[in-house]
Amino acid sequence: MTSALQHPHPTTALRLGSLRKGATAEIVGLDDSAVASALQPGELERRLIEMGLVEGAHVEVLHEGFPKRDPIAVRVNDHTVALRRAEADAVLVLVLTTERRPR
Amino acid sequence: MAADDEAPRVALVGNPNSGKTAVFNAITGSRQKVANYAGVTVEKKEGVFVSPAGTRVRVIDLPGTYSLRARSPDEAVTRDVVLGRMDGEEVPDAIVFVADATNLRLNLRLALELKSLGRPIILALNMMDAAEKQGLDIDAAELSAELGMAVVTTVAVRKGGVESLLDQIDRTIQVAETEGWSHVPHQCGWSEPGSRELRDYTREVERILARAVRSPAKPHLATRRLDTVLLHPVAGLAILFAILFLMFQAVFTWAELPMELIDTGLAALSAWLTGAMPDGPLRSLLVDGVIAGVGSVVIFLPQILVLFFFIQLLEDSGYMARAAFLLDKLMGGVGLHGRAFIPLLSSFACAVPGIMAARTIENRADRIATIMIAPLMTCSARLPVYTLIIAAFVPDRAVLGGWVGLQGLVMFALYAAGILSGLLVAFVIKHSVLKGVREPLLMQLPAYRLPRPRNVALGLYDRGKAFLLRAGTTIFALMVLVWFLGSFPAPPPEATEPAIRYSVAGAIGHALEPLLAPIGFNWQIALALVPGMAAREVAVGVLGTIYALSEAGDALQGSLAAVLAQSWSLPTALSLLAWYVFAPQCLATLGVVRRELNSRFWPLVMFVFLTALAYGAAFATFRVASALVGS
Ligand SMILES: Nc1nc2c(ncn2[C@@H]2O[C@H](COP(=O)(O)OP(=O)(O)O)[C@@H](O)[C@H]2O)c(=O)[nH]1
Repeated sequence: MTSALQHPHPTTALRLGSLRKGATAEIVGLDDSAVASALQPGELERRLIEMGLVEGAHVEVLHEGFPKRDPIAVRVNDHTVALRRAEADAVLVLVLTTERRPR
Repeated sequence: MAADDEAPRVALVGNPNSGKTAVFNAITGSRQKVANYAGVTVEKKEGVFVSPAGTRVRVIDLPGTYSLRARSPDEAVTRDVVLGRMDGEEVPDAIVFVADATNLRLNLRLALELKSLGRPIILALNMMDAAEKQGLDIDAAELSAELGMAVVTTVAVRKGGVESLLDQIDRTIQVAETEGWSHVPHQCGWSEPGSRELRDYTREVERILARAVRSPAKPHLATRRLDTVLLHPVAGLAILFAILFLMFQAVFTWAELPMELIDTGLAALSAWLTGAMPDGPLRSLLVDGVIAGVGSVVIFLPQILVLFFFIQLLEDSGYMARAAFLLDKLMGGVGLHGRAFIPLLSSFACAVPGIMAARTIENRADRIATIMIAPLMTCSARLPVYTLIIAAFVPDRAVLGGWVGLQGLVMFALYAAGILSGLLVAFVIKHSVLKGVREPLLMQLPAYRLPRPRNVALGLYDRGKAFLLRAGTTIFALMVLVWFLGSFPAPPPEATEPAIRYSVAGAIGHALEPLLAPIGFNWQIALALVPGMAAREVAVGVLGTIYALSEAGDALQGSLAAVLAQSWSLPTALSLLAWYVFAPQCLATLGVVRRELNSRFWPLVMFVFLTALAYGAAFATFRVASALVGS
């Protein structure tokens, strides 16, 4: 499942679940092996892909829930997906900016 | 209906919020039927239209999904119908795939998956108005060529492009027929795509978009700005609770006038009947049985419509998903999924559509937990009982420095008691029998859209119809039965007590009385609880019937509330209120639980634990109140 980690500098990849509001990033891989879930192995990965969270997609953390800033609302290319930080940890990203760019 | 069964069938498939319901409404108008309550598009909705070529075509609106790999029961319906695996459903002659043009990436992935089935398929590129506003410029011809399927652009809410869509359906069906596609009772070959295939689809979509999209859609800025406030951790939650408060406020205030009108109308009708008909069993049946009984139920139509009006608005505008987002972590505290919010909210109208709406929860344990506590949300059928008893026993005076009415406060406490005990029960079951990690929350937050009056009206019409049908059939039959039980056998000539005392109903009530005496219920209440099992609100009707039958003519001067205030003690009244917070006696709810979970075990569990809670709460209330009042 880490096969998709094609980025030349995998050490800089972070987990989407660790990003704060305003951060933008590019997805570089999916790895659900470390996520505790009630799902079959590989199922979370497939669901993420079906929701557009796939390698190459641009993401931006738009909103954080309450309490503990969980879940998060993430813009994925053209649409917005809500997910919990626990599952967002299965998404490996390369951070582009950590703050909101001036509009 | 033989001719109808021969008619070609078209299935509407698409992502949630792509506008499927709007397309369905646009092509069928009101010629549609819902098998049951119109939930959140989770019902089997079927309609017909006559195509430009004069063919009668049947349309089914399938639950929205992101994938054919069904995760929840309602998505399984979509998969099974599309693949021709559904019992009693032929495989559709053509698929109309409704795609949200502002959100093509996600939508087209599913379109490719459907196309791989090799069935005739049409792409309805919907929300073109919104897409153009966001600057999307798309080459429909190129898209059609790349996808290898017919593409029609539509603006479903304005019926834009519907004519071309119908023309295209005609053509597709004709081609399918000449190629011998239609009425082939075969199943489609399909196997679950793995992550590799899913990535392939995604890449293919990117390739197609690169060719067909001349300028991409800019993000929906209004949605983003609104969400900054509406999803704000503090302001967002405050707004959510304000909306809920407003909603319940409206249920009571907006519905007041129409309810009074219905009440006056029914009173006039029974007065007219009493005058126009000779005294006898038939008149008694009509006045005491049918009008008093069914009327006591129909009177809640306004409240149910107001509640569903709000739910429909929240649903159509795209706010429901935000509510689930805001509450996910909080509800997670007791082990519930954010999506449980919608079923639980609907349950305030009636647990039946609420439990059905739980179909959108993917994980079985999460779903069972939600279904189990749905009946603890005070449904509108319990309102008549609350209203009646509060009017009879709680003085109408202001408390807390004149700001709050005592009656309203008691009503609020009853709602709160239901919600709190629901959360407690959820916590207990999610930490005992249904342990496990919560299902992931992976939910699209759709762009905000202005709800369209027509769609809202059609949705309300469906719900109102379902409610009246129920009142006209189940409840009508029960009221007639109760009237018979309460009228026969006739009292002996030397009778000293009210006639109903000697009837079958009286005997049943007396038989149950010892069981319910410890919680302060008299035989009239015991009797009312029996038909109340069929529909909770019937209990009020039955009390109305019992006290109407047991008072001799003029004695029934005051309203039912006044009669009760005289004949019940305060602890008895409070005990009945406590009982009704849990009110296990609703066959419709138990029936729908059995059907939804396909299990006899869970409805039994529900009945036993609700009865135990109700009995326990009523017992405690009665004892404490008796000790305090000293009766
Ligand atoms: N602007 C615009 N709004 C639309 C269009 N079609 C549907 N909508 C709106 O989008 C929302 C979701 O539509 P609905 O039919 O309920 O989606 P469903 O979940 O796929 O059934 C509703 O508020 C509709 O009024 C369209 O063509 N243009």
